Amino acid sequence: MGLRIIKSGIADSIQDMGRFGYQHIGIPPGGVMDRIAAAIANTLVGNQIGEPLLEMHFPAAIIFFESSMMIALTGADFGAEINGKEVLINQPILVPSNAELRFTRHNKGSKVYLSVEEGFETNTWLGSSSTSFQTLKGGKEGRNLLKYDILNFKNKEDLEIDALTHLPWRASMAEFYTENKIDFLVGAEYALLEKISQTSMVTNQFKVSNHSNRMGYRLEGQALLLSSKKECLSSAVSFGTIQLLPNAQMIVLMADHQTTGGYPRIGQVASSSLPTLAQVSAGESISFKLVTQEEAEAILLQQQQNLQQLQNACNFRLQEYFKNE
Amino acid sequence: MVHSTPYQIYAIGDQGITLDYGGEINESVNSKIFKLFQLLKDWQPEAVLDIIPAYHSISLIYDFIKVKKLAGSNTAYSYLESKLRQMEAQLTDTNALSAQRKIDIPVCYDLSVAPDLEELATSHELTVKAFIEFHIQKSYRVYMIGFMPGFAYMGTVDQRIISPRKANPRTHVPAGSVGIAGAQTGIYPFDSPGGWQIIGQTPVLLFDANKEKPTLLEPGDEVMFHPISLDEFHHLKKKSS
Repeated sequence: MGLRIIKSGIADSIQDMGRFGYQHIGIPPGGVMDRIAAAIANTLVGNQIGEPLLEMHFPAAIIFFESSMMIALTGADFGAEINGKEVLINQPILVPSNAELRFTRHNKGSKVYLSVEEGFETNTWLGSSSTSFQTLKGGKEGRNLLKYDILNFKNKEDLEIDALTHLPWRASMAEFYTENKIDFLVGAEYALLEKISQTSMVTNQFKVSNHSNRMGYRLEGQALLLSSKKECLSSAVSFGTIQLLPNAQMIVLMADHQTTGGYPRIGQVASSSLPTLAQVSAGESISFKLVTQEEAEAILLQQQQNLQQLQNACNFRLQEYFKNE
Repeated sequence: MVHSTPYQIYAIGDQGITLDYGGEINESVNSKIFKLFQLLKDWQPEAVLDIIPAYHSISLIYDFIKVKKLAGSNTAYSYLESKLRQMEAQLTDTNALSAQRKIDIPVCYDLSVAPDLEELATSHELTVKAFIEFHIQKSYRVYMIGFMPGFAYMGTVDQRIISPRKANPRTHVPAGSVGIAGAQTGIYPFDSPGGWQIIGQTPVLLFDANKEKPTLLEPGDEVMFHPISLDEFHHLKKKSS
């Protein structure tokens, strides 16, 4: 009762909403990079939003379903096919047993999420199933998925699915993403940037470098300069902290960030823009827009309300569907 | 009379906030941070996900939606800002001096596990023995934990053994390595790249994922090092692994 990895992808891991409560002893929270896509993947199959699920990059794993399952794919469009037939993202899918899921093209986005009804059996550590690569804990033995791995489903029922079926509704995700436009708030050392660099930051494009991963996105573009050098003793950083490196380029800390850092913190990506940033692939460019605290809070509140409405709609459709069956 | 220290409060975006005294490594400032850490832990509502003390700052990472519910018509940020100001105002000189855990850590200073010790001693015009004496003669405060799980930033070392970071960081520092960087001393819990000067190694596990408390050290701890021979080191290392 589960799925098997036939061929491994480049970086496929089990994640949930993160392992909070241990940053004071240096343990990063980790968790999914795109919280909106992950929340909706779970909602589409009737799970709580924090249920552990698979986060995959392109090229992603080839996956064999040993038993039937209701699944959802959200986030990136990697040209998913099941048994050679194209399947759609953002829609619940009934998958028959002995089916093969593969991802054929890197169309759009950077991370695809795969949820299954009731979730996977995972390793939990300190209250979370997020994969902690450094400590080799959580998820699947604290590592990326490998060929021959089997992930068991929690749901042991035979779902009696005869044919591959899309359930007839789709989560509308467009409103949660902007075209690589990233809102940010000032960071503690923003005022130390030269005026011209403050302007550069919001008028230039910055390319996400190939040296980007779940720990951080390195950006390439106009050099940014500080008006005065400041040696910072380490202090807390978080998902979205924009640091200025000694080479005058920025790094944005992502889900697997260290808990503390000493580089100047020139900005902080607004939480509402993190899903968009998470879906930017290496080689693509982003632009920044400065927002105030009040604006950031208002946008985030609105985004959360929209997410809640979408979850309610998905839950309603799912209940109606199975009531009428 | 309450002795007050000026501080700043600033946002880490829309889901984090920091109270920062600024300045250098300072034990009395860090004591205030540690006391704030304890006050905040006692207060910690479900909305606060993490409390992260550092040298002279303390940060809260929070769930915006949950804090916003507590904040009502105020911003989530201003709600937490006033909460931090209230708590800071409660600090007094006496309650800043709270009891700490005392932890003794065996360290082997044999040159075979201390690749930088001889050169550092020479550059400080000290014998290796004298350098070790300076490192073990005092107790160290765990100012904060960061960089990697369980990595304790401790200090401050005797000014006669203050040492700059390595110009060329190593690509591999073994777990347990004891290092110096500036006036700080610390121990690598994991194999890692690193730029600290390595002057010894402990056989003790700094991080054990299978324990309920996975890190040996926590902010506010007081640490003493005691020297052990290479034989004891190997013996203890076998026992701990």
